Amino acid sequence: MGSLYFLLGLQAQIGSAHDEPSAWVGATIYPIDSPPVEDGVLLTRGGKIVAVGPRNSVQLPADVRRYDATGKVILPGLICTHIHIGQVSGADRSSPIQPEARALDSINVRNEGFQRAQAGGITTVNIMPGSGHLISGQTVYLKVKDARTLDDVVLRDDDGNILGGMKMANGTNSRRDPPFPGTRAKSASLVREAYIKAQEYKEKLARANGDKSKAPPRDLGLEALVEVLDKKRVVHHHTHRHDDIMTVLRLADEFDFRVVLHHVSDGWKVAQEIADAKAPCSIIVIDSPGGKEEAMNVDFKTGGVLEKAGVLVGFHTDDFITDSRLFLRSGALAVRAGMTREGALQGLTLAGAKMLDLDQKIGSLSEGKDADFILLSGDPLSVYTHVLETWIEGEKVFDRSRPEDRLFATGGQGASRDREDDNVCCSGWEKK
Amino acid sequence: MKTLSIILTLLSLLASADSSYAQIAVRGNTVHTMAGESIQDGVIIIRDGKIVAVGKSSAIQIPPDAKVLTAQVVTPGLVDAHTAVGLSGSLNQNHDQDQFEKSNPVQPELRAIDAYNARELLVSWVRSFGVTTIHTGHAPGAVMTGQTLLAKTRGHSIQRDVMQSRCMIAATVGDLARGRDGKPPGTRSKVIALLRAQLIKANEYAEKMKPSEKPEDEDSEEKDRTPGRDLRLEALVPVLQGEVPLLVTTHRAHDILSAIRVAQEFQIKIVLDGAAEAYLVLEEIKKSGFPVILHPTMARSRGELENKSMETAALLKKAGIRFALQSGFESYVPKTRVILFEAGIAACYGLTSKEALASITIDAARILGIADRVGSIEVGKDADLALYDGDPLEYTSHCIGVLIDGEVVSELRR
Repeated sequence: MGSLYFLLGLQAQIGSAHDEPSAWVGATIYPIDSPPVEDGVLLTRGGKIVAVGPRNSVQLPADVRRYDATGKVILPGLICTHIHIGQVSGADRSSPIQPEARALDSINVRNEGFQRAQAGGITTVNIMPGSGHLISGQTVYLKVKDARTLDDVVLRDDDGNILGGMKMANGTNSRRDPPFPGTRAKSASLVREAYIKAQEYKEKLARANGDKSKAPPRDLGLEALVEVLDKKRVVHHHTHRHDDIMTVLRLADEFDFRVVLHHVSDGWKVAQEIADAKAPCSIIVIDSPGGKEEAMNVDFKTGGVLEKAGVLVGFHTDDFITDSRLFLRSGALAVRAGMTREGALQGLTLAGAKMLDLDQKIGSLSEGKDADFILLSGDPLSVYTHVLETWIEGEKVFDRSRPEDRLFATGGQGASRDREDDNVCCSGWEKK
Repeated sequence: MKTLSIILTLLSLLASADSSYAQIAVRGNTVHTMAGESIQDGVIIIRDGKIVAVGKSSAIQIPPDAKVLTAQVVTPGLVDAHTAVGLSGSLNQNHDQDQFEKSNPVQPELRAIDAYNARELLVSWVRSFGVTTIHTGHAPGAVMTGQTLLAKTRGHSIQRDVMQSRCMIAATVGDLARGRDGKPPGTRSKVIALLRAQLIKANEYAEKMKPSEKPEDEDSEEKDRTPGRDLRLEALVPVLQGEVPLLVTTHRAHDILSAIRVAQEFQIKIVLDGAAEAYLVLEEIKKSGFPVILHPTMARSRGELENKSMETAALLKKAGIRFALQSGFESYVPKTRVILFEAGIAACYGLTSKEALASITIDAARILGIADRVGSIEVGKDADLALYDGDPLEYTSHCIGVLIDGEVVSELRR
């Protein structure tokens, strides 16, 4: 019992510590929304960024806690727009369209996937259900803090609603025996039917005009799709082949929903069409083509080609498909095949924030944004670089020099077990 | 007559010299020979598919008629110590998956040469990153899944590309060897029992098949008692004779020890494959003398690999255990990994760049028994080279050329 009090006391201390101003001095800083700064300073307070700039341009308060970051590199916390950590699930096998299923009802926040993501420098994620359905449910946006409960980490809008998108898929993953579609045309027609129902439902709601006696019976799935039609919920759409990509754009146009294209293996073939539709792309970088028919032409060059066409390009890990500890690698391999360094670094940070409508809050190092950042040992796009520390809202959630954190960075015995609460830093507890 | 044939041979060599077998000189700002120190400003001279000279450019005369290739960095053609490309096709549909036949848990008679597709997309894919030699064949998944082979990645045909039609017999110890749908073997003990029983049977078979010491026609009854040929048991005889190693895919520490126990019982050679928990039993592995073909550094940490560490390569190195990296077998995406990338991550997690490069060149060649031909840039070896525009392990460098037996087989910038 004594040790519990001790622990709580310690948590409280750390909790208050982050209200003090802190400064990282001497690093190369990539703010992303402004040019890189050599020998720079990052100043934070109360979990927010106060200032970023060259060493002499930032006035440090007298009570500042100084960290020497000479020779290190600082980036905004990475944003993974498509990840499957937390043992997430969504729709079940009963039907291909289940917009009512919520990822947030399935997530184990102690799952080691969160630790691996922190070790990779990922601070915000869009946790998605899988791609085996046309509509597999509602996704959830959250910070990758050590949490006791989901409430500690989910992101909410000003009204307190939990933020997330709608996961959809086309192509081969969602093709199965009935009631699942057997062809591409059937896939599209089932989706159209669902959105037409949602349009009708929305009209009925509008006609009722708040009168519950006139309103249609509540339908959880249609309610969620109405949020999509109202553009409150972005569609995150798994799609690989060029014709499937065009189908997504056609449906988005017909029903006027906002869409982020995910994976987009053939994106390089229809880059102009994607750009014309102003559809952002969250791409995956895979070490070899194939594995399934729709990914036969996946190519490292996709990021560069889309960037050149004027598309907003972000990256995702799709963890476990690629390892979130090596998320920077995705940007680096895109650069290998022609993407600009600036574009790749933006793709790992700010572009993701935009795709999740969170760019006012995160994604770059500028005054007023959350103090989510990572400290690297060297060039962000080098194979030899390690993530040394990951900070979220001014709190350190990963430190490679701590053996218990390092285990998750390297792997090893016990690295795949759920995090034990003894290892919890403060993020969840201090609020209690 | 003899002289004539020699002249004819020489003439034909000269004739072919115009096309693929011309003299080639490869210049590299850095040449990682993997045989001693790397050479700055080095030159490699190739004739008839072999390396005939290597050294500093100041010490080597480039023949005036030679085709000259230049690169920032030159390495030996990479050697992938274990993969399934050529058998496990890129489409991942039933019709292109020939790495695992599920009808019986023990099938050492399945030959990789009867399935290897030299022109499969993934063969050319790994080649474009500098891989010139692959140890490929049957994947893990049952007690014994079949044979493996060694091939160059030229992508022509089994006849031209295969270096060794039978390299090892692929075996599995651990969860992956369990039968599916309730079929035996259902436990670890049963897996090992099955493996031992099969080796004992093969031993008896070998005894029976030994040519009789009596003159052949003296006792025809004796001859009748020799069994008919049994492909399955026949395939295991060279294993028992120590000519062909068992490639035992096994990940858990206790399974690694089981594999070593069986190997010692039958005094056979094994190569430990995968070996995710090798770092827990380094002493035992070292003592056994068996080499390790380690899982890809980026292998997913789940199932039997839940305790996998990206630092294992460095720990094996430190322990003095012979090891190589592999691209392994992948059942989904990526359909194959690329050893160049796996070595890069190993270099980030504790190996030096040189050690990482060795694990995909000379160290791999030694474990596979082909270091006399490939794995390093030395006079007399096959002219298999990979050309890069920077540090080969760095994410943003490119492989810009690949030679196999002196022939340029890839000029892609990848």
